[in-house]
Amino acid sequence: MLEDVVRFTFNVDGDDFSSAGAASVQVKKHLRQMGFSPEIIRRVAIAMYEGEINMVIHADGGVATVEVTDDSIVMILADKGPGIPDVELAMKEGYSTAKDNIRSLGFGAGMGLPNMKKYSDSLKIETEVGKGTTIIMTVNV
Amino acid sequence: MIEYKHSVSLDVSKCKGCTHCLQRCPTEAIRVRDGKAAINADKCIDCGECIRVCPYNAKKATHDSLDCLEKYKYKIALPAPALYGQFDNLDDIDFVIQGLYDMGFDDVFEVAKAAEYVSGYTRQYLKQNGLKKPVISSACPVVVRLIRMRFPFLCDNIMPILPPVEVAGMMAREKALKEHPELSPEDIGCIFISPCPAKVSYVKNSFSGHKSNIDVVVSVSDVYFRLIDTMKKSKEPSASTEAGNVGVSWAISGGECTAVFNEKYLAADGIENVIRVLDQIENSDFPFLEFVELNACNGGCVGGVMTVANPYIARARIQSLRRYLPVSPNLHPEGDTVPPEMMLPGFEYIPTAPLSEDRKEARRMMSEIQEIRKDLPDLDCGSCGAPSCAAFAEDIVRGDICADECVVFMRKVFHDYLSAHPYERVGSEQEKNESEEN
Repeated sequence: MLEDVVRFTFNVDGDDFSSAGAASVQVKKHLRQMGFSPEIIRRVAIAMYEGEINMVIHADGGVATVEVTDDSIVMILADKGPGIPDVELAMKEGYSTAKDNIRSLGFGAGMGLPNMKKYSDSLKIETEVGKGTTIIMTVNV
Repeated sequence: MIEYKHSVSLDVSKCKGCTHCLQRCPTEAIRVRDGKAAINADKCIDCGECIRVCPYNAKKATHDSLDCLEKYKYKIALPAPALYGQFDNLDDIDFVIQGLYDMGFDDVFEVAKAAEYVSGYTRQYLKQNGLKKPVISSACPVVVRLIRMRFPFLCDNIMPILPPVEVAGMMAREKALKEHPELSPEDIGCIFISPCPAKVSYVKNSFSGHKSNIDVVVSVSDVYFRLIDTMKKSKEPSASTEAGNVGVSWAISGGECTAVFNEKYLAADGIENVIRVLDQIENSDFPFLEFVELNACNGGCVGGVMTVANPYIARARIQSLRRYLPVSPNLHPEGDTVPPEMMLPGFEYIPTAPLSEDRKEARRMMSEIQEIRKDLPDLDCGSCGAPSCAAFAEDIVRGDICADECVVFMRKVFHDYLSAHPYERVGSEQEKNESEEN
């Protein structure tokens, strides 16, 4: 029996920075196959991309799950990283704790979380220092 | 929708149904069915990767033959700059131009010359306010089709200026009518000497509704073999090139970029690299980027499948040929208004068919694809005729093929069956005992 939701799961590899962003490309392809509009696809792709990059930079990877239902696309990014001590501060544009080697690659500009908020309809952050972070982003269809 | 006319085709008699092209196609447009490859015209972008990789020469680039020239009273050659990089020991482009006249052309209008006009228009265009940046070059027809099919959000970034070949055709035709008032328009043949099949498709499909000024497209390789004979005979050339360093550089990756006269550009070549760059541009902001040049072929146009020389050797030759040319002798426009006759109407998204027009049904089919994939080995071996297990699962759900085409899946079914019916196993102990009893 098939459920009313299609679920895609991706293991985001924390050791492989060069493959970060691959899940976003896959999701984009699947959404296109399901006939979503270019605007919806772009918003999901960007939110997902930023989330994926964050998981690799800060949390040594994690698991990304995307659930597609009739009226929404939900992205759940779960990691076992260091957690976010001050969420309000982390949400500020330009605030970043990325290391210099990451910044030298052009990442860590402090736009990850702000972009995830900007491109999704809702952003929920569950985080505990030392335990990990789960980010749930919803794009309404 | 008007059917898109392609110029990459298959010679069925030569196709052995192997998996080379299948796995190389960047848009997964190829399937092997009943032992032969088949190209899905809706997905093909004419990049020529399958032509490059086919070991049996079953994939071909369709172009006009040189015999077509006889149809026209006044024949104008429009050589792509990539042609100049084909020749060994050539130290002056003038020999190629003279060779074309000696081959029987009445006039030569270099695409490299027109490219300098396009570079000038590009600089004008980039000065305009309100442009969606980065502006992406429209010169490579493969890239334009790829963006229109797969990157809808970037359609507005494509520069709506005619590609050099079209500008060359337009200017060459005007020049001929002016210099030879006795000619009627049908007497004139603009013959483009092209490095790649995608430009053939471009001409056949009238770019974005724009009627092409090109009448015939022949291949660089066909012309090359004619030219090497003619060029041997010619003495010091009396004709000379009218192109400069900038125009000739359009043949190689990065050449078009340098013409924008600033450093805020990106140049990528090779179809896989192009796709990766577009994925990134679509996902992120690159505020420092003004202009993006993308070439589907490795090395740029010198890497086209209708050329003869290795693209990197051709590139090196172009570098030495352009060395003593003037920078850009053609057109340095003033202001920021591109002449309207040089503009295209813009580029629309061409969506590929979703699983179903009905959202609920599409989602159900996607769930089914996910379920089927669990039973597939993810080897992407191509034995089923699809380029990957994911594509195979989609084909099954679309009803194009049956799951038992997967050899790995069937081997498992077979083993399960055998372990449930051990007595039928050939050579098994039980069978031996039975036959001894008989």
